[in-house]
Order: sequence, then structure tokens, then C-alpha cells
Amino acid sequence: MNVPVIKSEKLTKRFGDFIAANELTFEVQTGEIFGFLGANGAGKTTAMRMLCGLSIPSSGKATVAGFDIYQETEKIKKNIGYMSQKFSLYEDLTVMENIRFYAGIYGLTDAEIKEKSEQLVDRLGLHDSAKKLVRSLPLGWKQKLSFLVAIIHQPKIVFLDEPTSGVDPVARRQFWDLIYRATDQGITAFVTTHYMDESEYCNRVSIMVDGNIRALDSPANLKKHFSASSMDEVFHGLAREAKRTAEI
Amino acid sequence: MKQLFSFIKKEFLHVFRDTKTLLLLFGLPVVQLTLFGFALTNEVKNAKIVVADYSKDNTTKQLTDKIEASRYFDVEKSLQSHKEIEAAFKTGKIKLAVIFPENFNHDLMHLNKAQIQIIADASDINTATTLTNYITAIVMDYQRQMMKDASIPMTITPEIRMLYNPELKGEHTFIPGIMAMIMLLVCAMMTSISIVREKELGTMEILLVSPFKPIMVIIAKFIPYLIISFFNVTSILLLSVYALDLPIKGSIFLLYSESLLFIVTALAIGLLISIQAQSQQTAMFGSLMATMLPTLLLSGFIFPVESMPLPLQVISNIVPSKWYFIIVKSIMIKGAGFSAIWKETLILGVMTLFLLIVSLKKFQIRLA
Amino acid sequence: MQNSELKASVVLSGITKRYDKEKIVAVDNVSLSVSKGELFGLIGPDGAGKTSIFRILTTLLLPDGGTATVEGYDVVKDYKIIRGKVGYMPGRFSLYQDLTVEENLNFFATVFGTTIDENYDLIKDIYVQIEQFKNRRAGKLSGGMKQKLALCCALIHKPSALFLDEPTTGVDAVSRKEFWEMLKRLKQQGITIMVSTPYMDEATLCDRIALIQSGKILTVDTPPAIVKSFHGKLFAVKSEAMYKLMNDLRAYQYIRSCFAFGDYHHLLFKDDIADYTWDVLNYLKGKGHNEVEIKSVSPSIEDCFISMAEAEKIEV
Repeated sequence: MNVPVIKSEKLTKRFGDFIAANELTFEVQTGEIFGFLGANGAGKTTAMRMLCGLSIPSSGKATVAGFDIYQETEKIKKNIGYMSQKFSLYEDLTVMENIRFYAGIYGLTDAEIKEKSEQLVDRLGLHDSAKKLVRSLPLGWKQKLSFLVAIIHQPKIVFLDEPTSGVDPVARRQFWDLIYRATDQGITAFVTTHYMDESEYCNRVSIMVDGNIRALDSPANLKKHFSASSMDEVFHGLAREAKRTAEI
Repeated sequence: MKQLFSFIKKEFLHVFRDTKTLLLLFGLPVVQLTLFGFALTNEVKNAKIVVADYSKDNTTKQLTDKIEASRYFDVEKSLQSHKEIEAAFKTGKIKLAVIFPENFNHDLMHLNKAQIQIIADASDINTATTLTNYITAIVMDYQRQMMKDASIPMTITPEIRMLYNPELKGEHTFIPGIMAMIMLLVCAMMTSISIVREKELGTMEILLVSPFKPIMVIIAKFIPYLIISFFNVTSILLLSVYALDLPIKGSIFLLYSESLLFIVTALAIGLLISIQAQSQQTAMFGSLMATMLPTLLLSGFIFPVESMPLPLQVISNIVPSKWYFIIVKSIMIKGAGFSAIWKETLILGVMTLFLLIVSLKKFQIRLA
Repeated sequence: MQNSELKASVVLSGITKRYDKEKIVAVDNVSLSVSKGELFGLIGPDGAGKTSIFRILTTLLLPDGGTATVEGYDVVKDYKIIRGKVGYMPGRFSLYQDLTVEENLNFFATVFGTTIDENYDLIKDIYVQIEQFKNRRAGKLSGGMKQKLALCCALIHKPSALFLDEPTTGVDAVSRKEFWEMLKRLKQQGITIMVSTPYMDEATLCDRIALIQSGKILTVDTPPAIVKSFHGKLFAVKSEAMYKLMNDLRAYQYIRSCFAFGDYHHLLFKDDIADYTWDVLNYLKGKGHNEVEIKSVSPSIEDCFISMAEAEKIEV
């Protein structure tokens, strides 16, 4: 029985008269790479915050990892991982200290922490840098490390907020390698990105415009549907209709 | 629970990796303890006083010796004429004068009672009352001794006169202090924050890459705070005159001119801080440390400078607010004219010039 | 390859910049030149050295080595002159958040000793798009509008050279396209425009580009020339199971490199003489792949970037 790892029914968030997210209805399956696209201000961040248990919806229902997003936000937080481009690791702590800290926060036992940290360092080949401050690592490595730290507790689902922004092309692809491997092991990835080629790596993609989900399907189907040769075209066709952009 | 420990451990790591904060956390208590424990005290010691002996008899000699022997006083021997004493009071050179009138001995021998005059600078009521009490105690003590030996009771009555502040109002002391603090707050702190804000926002970059001369940026930042400070000075003076009943004895024009000088000093300090600070937080903190703290502790506002150990007294000389404090007190409360405070003005002026030159030279026309 | 020195607007010669007491080399011996009226792109990821180069050219940073000139003036000695002649848009929309659109524009016009009216025709095309918001505080504008305002403020004094540091970062895709259209139109006014961006797809919109990685220049040329100079024949492969496909291809002995590129994987064979197409198809079918498609493709700038970065073996 395939229980969806995210199930959202008419999820809505209002800020006064302003409807940031409008009746979002969708499901995400286990092990899926789910792409979440949309212009700035389309409502992506709002939706993500609700799903992470950080913001209470105005109306609608949803479960994340089987837990209700109204009543069981603490349980949700225990079962998800989160990584954003803006912040992930503490720059003035070493690689090891960061790993140990997050592992501790996620409630891993001492034995588990030891095992996981060694695994992580191995995986990324960071033996020489394990004791160096994160500040000294190049951006690409920081992002890869952040990701692995975000899933160190084997969460059911990991939320990635523009994880590869500004990262060089080779490191970007190495990053996606890590995502693939994680989803292979059953972790679901919920990714927002501005790189259209990355949307192709997803099993399914949803495109938000003005707070609504305007499209949700596999990249191949979306291209067929919109008679587009690339996701770029699909996105531009939809985004052009947008009446509002970010009021930041 | 384990999660809590994990978090606590991380917090410790952050603290120990940040040298600036560490200095503060461990250094500050030590500094404070040293300052308050050993150096700063409300106690009045080594106060500069004058003993004017117009009688010059045995009794007055003995009393003078007793006064000189006391550790509370530092007797200025050179001043004798009324005019000199008056001038010395005005500039704050002396805090108290003991005057033995001509007929002191005559009165004591023939009338069995004599008077001595004690004049105290009451612009600082704490110092004035303490010093007056010391002198009175010394006189009373001497009197007791006299009585033991003699058969007829003889009394020496001190006639006390509180100069500048006969009603012993506390406002006299703190109004000048407040003026200094507010100007430092507005000019030093706000100017430095304003300049650093441009750095933080990134707009400083654009301003630099333009034909607009960097010196103009500085002047443009100065002017609003200069004007605001003038308003502040005015409102403080209005309040003290009309609400606190504290008239301005000296020239208002002189007061404003000196305040203008001090405003420029504060602005220069603010500029210097803004050059070093990379964030508005640092600027604010730096301003507080570099201006408010020395003003509170070392300017003579709360703790008398003479009571401080010598090293601190020396340091207090480079605190600009100390000089401004003296100047304002002299003008507002003692009615002094420029001739009385020209030295202090010069010192403040030189300091300001120095600060301006250093900060203008260091003002970065580049990012690195 | 240098265009005639006489028409060079920006020239860098062996520019080096180090930070953190020599530990970090942000710009490593960079030499390039930009001609007058050219739309030049500096393409590279975060940390490549783009911002440092721009700051050196706008005289905000002193180089540790090498020389540079802008419009013939030396960035070190003649900085005052350069500061009057260039327009600069640093990253992060550096405008006054609590001033309105109009107030910002007025301020920058005054700082440059001009008025909005004087050069209005230069910014008209851009300004009309945000004119309706002229009384709104800059802090309350969307990313795309802030960008347009910043561009207007940088142009208001009719600079001879414009330096735009990552103007499209953090801005939505639609506004990005519009921004580049505006730049193309500006080019017609004869202004030299130097833009930095991490987005490789924006490279094709420039006259010439420099690919930069870890402080080093990989190449400087027109986008078509760079594509032409690509070493090897590029192929695109797809199947039903892309992740598995990647692993299988990387394990295949004749493959030199294989990278994901959206809905296809791009691969290079170990040699470009033989045709391995059939071999690959059979190999993949043997591995259980369905709907395999393989075709020869023309490389994109990103392909070139990866190939050059790998060749330089630059630590990433």
C-alpha cells in the first residue's frame, strides 16, 4: 500500500486579504523527486513552510510523513530534513563539529553519530578537511555537506530550498548525484530550483503561479501538454501569465 | 536532553571562536572590578584647596598645619589674594578655601570666639559638603583640644558659604554631564551608525564609484546630527532654566560656541568608529564603549577625578568629555568668561583637530 | 585574441588579488580586454572571482598584481576620473530601501552632478516599466523592479562604461529575460557593458564572454567560437531510467565523461574517431534500458565550461 509521504488537500494560507497559497492539492510518493517551481512570490516558500510544520495553514488539510500539519508539527519536524541555500552549516565550526551537532539535534545516539560522521566524511572524501572550519570550504562542498547533514537521521522526506544556487556546473551535478542516491534509498526529495535543467531530473514537477498550482506532471508530459521543447518554455509560458511578483 | 547538550556544546564553540566577544566576557569584569574596586570612588581625596591666612598667628598656623597634614587635602600655597582665589574657583582649580580673617587672633584672645570662613565650590555638592565637613571636623577637633588646656571656653565658628549653588541643588552637577552624554549619543553613535549602514547596505560602494567626493559624504552625514544636537542643547538649557530653575550664569553665546566645538569632537569620534566598524551593531557597541563609558566613569561627572589613582587621572585627561564638562560647569554654574576657560578650550580644540585629521586620513576611499 | 587596442574600453593585464593574508587567491593572473560598445559577459559560479574583478575595475579594490585600465585610465592612479565616468550596479540591489523610486533616482542623479531630465532618453525604456511605482519605497518593490531601478540609477549620468555585478541573481526568470533585452537596447547607445552572471544560459546573449572558475580565466571569446572550439564530439543520451543510465554509462569503458543535462545525459567518448553509437545502444539494451535514444548534439556553453574546468583540473 503506497502511502503518499505528502498528502495535501486544498491547503491555503492567507495573510489578511492576501492569499499566498490557494487550495493546494497534490500528493507526493515515497522515493519521488518532486520539483517545486515558480517565480519569486508565487507562493513556493509559503507552501514549503506549511509542509515543514513552520506555519499553520489558514484552511485545508495535509499530512507530511503521515503526520497532520495542524496537530503533529513536532512529529513532522522529527521526520523531515531541511536545507536551504541561505543557511545550512555554521561557518565558524569545523566540518566534524557541524556533523556532530546536527546529528545530536536530530536525536542520534553516540554510536550512531560516530558511525554516520565517518560515513559522511568518507562519502565526500573530506578526510583532509574534517577538522577545518566550514568557512574555508568552497561553496560546492558546503552544499554537498549540508545535504548529507540534512538527511543524517534518515528522514522520510527532505526539503531542499534552491540548494544549488550559484554553485559551479560540476558541483551542481555531483549534488544531484547525492539526491539520486538518497531517493534510491527511499528518502523523498522536495526541491525548489531556478535551474530549468534541474527540473528535468525530477519525477514530477509542479509549477506555482500567483499562489495556485498551474501544472503538475512529469517533465515529459508537461512538455507534451504545452507543446514545448524544454521545461524552460513550459515555465515561461505559465509564468508570463503571473500577475504578481514578489513584494519583498 | 541529549539534544540540549548538543546545542549547548555548539554555543560554547561559537563563544570561544569569537575572540572579540571573549575579550568582553572575561576582560570586562576584571576591568570593572579594578576600576570600581581600586580606582573609582565617591570618596573625596587629594582635593585642591587654599588656606588664606590673613591673621598669621600661632593658632592659625597650627590649624593650617593640621589641615595640610590631612590626606584629604592638597593645599595650594601660592594663592593668597581674593582675586586669585575667585579666579581659581571659577576654573575649578580649587574646590574649597579656608579663610582666616585679620582679626582672628584678636577675637579669639579677647572675645573668646573667632570665625573662620569656609568657601566651597558647590557646583559639585558631594565634594563641597564632604570637604566642608572635613574642615569643620578638623576645626572642632582643634577646638576640643584647646578647651582641655584652657580654663575659659574658646570657640571657633566656621562660617560656611556655598559658592555658585547656595541651595545645594543636585541639578547643577548632572545637567552638564547630561549635555555631554546626549551630544556623544547623538553625534558619535548616530553618525557612526549612519555611515556603517551605508557600508552594510552596499550603497557606500555606489557612492564611492561616483564623482561625489568622499569628504562630501562625511559632511552630509555630519550636518543633520549637528543641527539636531543644537536643538538638543537648546532644549536641555530651556528645561534647566525654566523647569529646574537653574539659571545660566555665564554667556549663552560662549556656551553654544563651546558646545559646537564639542559636537565636532563627538562627530570626529563617530567617524573614527565608523571606519573600524563593519556592522551597525559593532558601531553602536563601539560608540558606547568609547564614549559613554569613559564619560560616565572618567570625566569627573560622577566620580571626582582627584580621587582617582594617578594613572587614571592621566587617562582622564584624554577623555574629551572631561574638558567639556569643566567648560560647561564653569560657564553655566560659575558664570566664568572665556578668559577663565581658554586653556580647556584649547585642549579640546587640539583633541578635535587631531581626531579629525586621523579619521579623515583613514577614511577609506576603497574597500580594501 | 584581442580587438584593436585603440577601441579597447576595459583592459586587464595579469590582475591578481589575494585575501586573508595571501591564503585565498581570488583573482589569478587575469588578462582580458573589452571593446568599446561591447556587451561582455563574465560567466562563472560563486567564488570564481567575478565580484573581485569588478571591484578592481570600479577602483574599489587595489589589485595585488597586474594593471588595468578603464576607458584608457589606470584604475590605481586615475581612480577619480574613472569614478566619474562609469556606472556600477553591485550585487544585492544597493539602493535606499526607505526612499521612493523617484527619490532614489533624484539622489543618484544629483550625486553624479546631473538631473533626471538631462539623460532621460537613455533610461526612458526602462523607467516606464516602473514609473507607476515612482512613489513607492524601494524596499517594497519586487526583485525585478528593484533591478530596473538600480539600472536606471547606474545609467542616469550617461556613463561610458557600465559594470553590472550579477544583476539577474535572485530575480525571477521572466524578469531576467526582460533585463537582457534592456541591455541589448542599451548597447545600441554605444555604452560598454560588462555583466557578470553565474547563469550559463545567459552567456549566449553576450557579444563575447569570459569563462572564469576559481580566479582563473578558462577562455575569452564569442559564444559561437567557444562552442566551435569544443574538444570532441558531444552526444546526448536518454532512456526511461535516467539515474540508472548515468551509472551504467559511467561504467562503460569507452566513455570519457558523462554529465546530466536536463532530460538528456551528455557524453564524450574516449576518442572521437570511431563511432560508438551502436556499441552504446547494445550495451544499454543489455543493461535493460528501454526507449534508448542517442544523438549527436552541439555543445552548449555549459558543456564547454565543464570540459574546460575538468581539463584545468581546477579543485571545485
